[in-house]
Amino acid sequence: MNTMQRQVVIIGGGPAGLAAAAALHDSGIRDILILEREPRLGGILNQCIHDGFGLTRFGETMSGPEYAQRFINLVLDKGIEYITNCTVINVTPERMITAASADGLLRISADAVILTMGCRERPRGALSTPGDRPAGVFTAGVAQSYINLKNTAVGKRVVILGSGDIGMIMARRLTLEGAKVEAVFELQPYPSGLPRNIEQCLNDYGIPLFLSHTVTRITGRERLESVTVSQVDEKLRPIPGTEKVWPCDTLILSVGLIPENELSLQAGVQLDPRTKGAVVDEQYQTSTPGVFAAGNVLHVHDLVDFVSLEAEKLAKAVCRYLSGETEDCGITVETDGSVGYTVPQKISGKQDVTLSFRPRRPMRNVVFSVLQGEHCIAKKTVRKALPAEMLHVQIPASAFVSGESVKVVCEDA
Amino acid sequence: MNTQFDVLIIGAGVVGSAAARELARYQLKIGVLEKTPDVCCGTSARNSGVLHAGFNNKPGTLMARFCVEGNAGFDKLAEELDIPYRRTGKLVVGFTEEDRVRLEAMKELGDRNGTPGLEIVDKAFIKEKAPHVDGEFALWSPSTAVLNPFQYTIGLAENAAKNGVQFFFNHEVTEIVDDGSLYTVTAGGEVFTSRWIVNCAGLGSARIAELLGIPGYTIYPCKGEYFLLDKRVGDMLPLPVYPVPNPKAGGLGIHLTPSVDGNVLVGPSSEYLDDPDDYAATQTTMDMLIEDGSRIFPHLKREYFIRNFAGIRPKLASKEEGGFHDFVIERRDDLAPRAVNLVGIESPGLTSAVPISREIVRLIREKEELIPNPDFDPIRRRTPSFWDKSPEEQAKLIEENPDYGEIVCRCETITKAEVLAAIRNPLGVHTVTGVKYRCRTMMGRCQGGYCQTRVTEMIMQETGCSREEVCYSRDGAYLFTGEVRKG
Repeated sequence: MNTMQRQVVIIGGGPAGLAAAAALHDSGIRDILILEREPRLGGILNQCIHDGFGLTRFGETMSGPEYAQRFINLVLDKGIEYITNCTVINVTPERMITAASADGLLRISADAVILTMGCRERPRGALSTPGDRPAGVFTAGVAQSYINLKNTAVGKRVVILGSGDIGMIMARRLTLEGAKVEAVFELQPYPSGLPRNIEQCLNDYGIPLFLSHTVTRITGRERLESVTVSQVDEKLRPIPGTEKVWPCDTLILSVGLIPENELSLQAGVQLDPRTKGAVVDEQYQTSTPGVFAAGNVLHVHDLVDFVSLEAEKLAKAVCRYLSGETEDCGITVETDGSVGYTVPQKISGKQDVTLSFRPRRPMRNVVFSVLQGEHCIAKKTVRKALPAEMLHVQIPASAFVSGESVKVVCEDA
Repeated sequence: MNTQFDVLIIGAGVVGSAAARELARYQLKIGVLEKTPDVCCGTSARNSGVLHAGFNNKPGTLMARFCVEGNAGFDKLAEELDIPYRRTGKLVVGFTEEDRVRLEAMKELGDRNGTPGLEIVDKAFIKEKAPHVDGEFALWSPSTAVLNPFQYTIGLAENAAKNGVQFFFNHEVTEIVDDGSLYTVTAGGEVFTSRWIVNCAGLGSARIAELLGIPGYTIYPCKGEYFLLDKRVGDMLPLPVYPVPNPKAGGLGIHLTPSVDGNVLVGPSSEYLDDPDDYAATQTTMDMLIEDGSRIFPHLKREYFIRNFAGIRPKLASKEEGGFHDFVIERRDDLAPRAVNLVGIESPGLTSAVPISREIVRLIREKEELIPNPDFDPIRRRTPSFWDKSPEEQAKLIEENPDYGEIVCRCETITKAEVLAAIRNPLGVHTVTGVKYRCRTMMGRCQGGYCQTRVTEMIMQETGCSREEVCYSRDGAYLFTGEVRKG
């Protein structure tokens, strides 16, 4: 067995891992190793061949592989070490990593471990949709991988459940490749993906979006033959009598993403039940010392640009950690019912900090305030807040009035 | 192809596969006709995966006798065939005085049947064995085990094949003609002849009996739905936990069973059907499973659900009658003298499969002498799995075969070496579920989100089949409609 020692090991060579590596290198760290399970760097971006990446980070729009290539080039130019086709199978709380590749089993001891494993899709089983179990039911990301990476067509007459971004992007993609996309159905009374995707992927192609609807039966013994769709009430329960049968051979599920934290759990990292990612402080450090997390493994982002930016901030924090500068992050961040969660969940009050959060439902003309006791220490006014769009509020170090916890609350503007 | 056989077995579930292996101990030419593309596609695959101990069955029945025998003989069988199983023991938990009376009656049944070690235990015992389970007292059965039903059936069938048995998949029997010395069987459009026929057709057994000229049997299909929970809850349920069964119901009640691989099963429901092929899940049943399961295991959370599925029991007892009828295992000299007819093999059929197969041999032997096959080899080995090995053993596996270093299924840590071995299985099965049942890829919490594209690509590479030919589970279950772009 091959045993090595590295200053920083990054698990996952997708947008978060690559951005963290490049930023660490810029800060003078040289002893970095990226471990990637796929044959090439880039992560999920490799199958996202549509346009729309990079507007925030680079001020221009590009495809997923192009966006990834920017960071891959940085990693190559800087000569940062990476291993592809190498899957991490264990991380201990003492930061001992075990990884498997065709060359053998690797054991790497690291001063700092950066978790950037991304997220995975919620499968059909998690929905427990009644009905048969035919072939022809795919999650959106799997369908995307078949079409874009494997040149494999998954079906001809398609219904999409869930208005997540990947589902809408697949509605357009399938249409462009000659399939008939009948409709997109969303359980919630509002879309779960970005407004721009509703315009560019559905409206531009005449694909209807039905809100407050869900699939209540899957029919087909061998291949999918139809789905039954029902309207739901305000408690999201199907309304009897509203069933409508939609003949189709393919059902695409775009019903949510879950941070992939199997390794984090092995490393003893505490998870936040709301984000399903790690609880982190403002240094992006998890509850396991020396283990950091950023990107979709921490909380699911709507734009890759934010993933890169978060990973770059993480890199700065890791540098400080490696040079022995640590802040005690004793201030917890709480939320009222209007906000699902914040990242980070713990802050020091001694540095400028940005809180990322999502509203739990669509809201208009509201102010999100960060309160510390009686004092409002930061606020953000939003004309239109959507669950699909992550919000950020900055708190300057000077604004903190004590070491007490802070709370994000929402009020009408 | 020489299609004349000494024995043709109809059905490649656990009983048909066990019969094939047991008969292969003798100098016989044996074929197995199966309507689906793989072994273990019906009732044998879709159950709780429990090796029962024999306290639920009426004394003096074949069910009671074969269940106790099958349980006692399983260690040796599992050793020979490399079947994953665990002797966990089992608790049947009760809450009321009425429950206690029933549990004591079950204990008495078990004692009479020869079930070893049954005890009525108190709450402290329950909490020690299974801290997360509720119950005031329980019947404790130490010999109950959990097993992998796929590996069990596949192990029996692969070993049978190794000893010369031929399997014919996608061969549904449509006609049987007896000329007095030979049966002519039409299956999948092909014609086979055989001196003997063994009906192991499970849900189709009454239909096959009729084709054999044995009328009068009705199978009442009774569906059982399950939820499969994430391995994360596996540690909370170290052993199967059952409620006190309702004697009128068609099953044993909603119970919680750890799978041998560390998941938890919740189920099964019990719903009589008209259609023996209706595996659909229903909302009302799913809601009921959660409610009933939560009574004895209050940790059921939706976020742990990774899959639901249903199995169908081939019952001889109708809904109105309730309960269980004994297994029918017969040679009807008046109607079909060279056929062994099995009808109504339901729970505890998984446990009883090998004793049932010995009974089949006995019934044939009454009519003719069977000559032992000197070359019979009872041993079958699985491809070593990677996930359960120590790092040193894992390093060694990769060194010997670099394909062990490529993790294909992230959730279950299944390697390319294991997936390739599953695709190159000795029975020549090439469905996606066939690969899944053999090596557990796609069975984890992401349900194939990560590995499905890799597995289907490997199936195409290995078998040379086209995209359109990739089959999910059964004939007609195509996964793809072709290439996106030509070239």
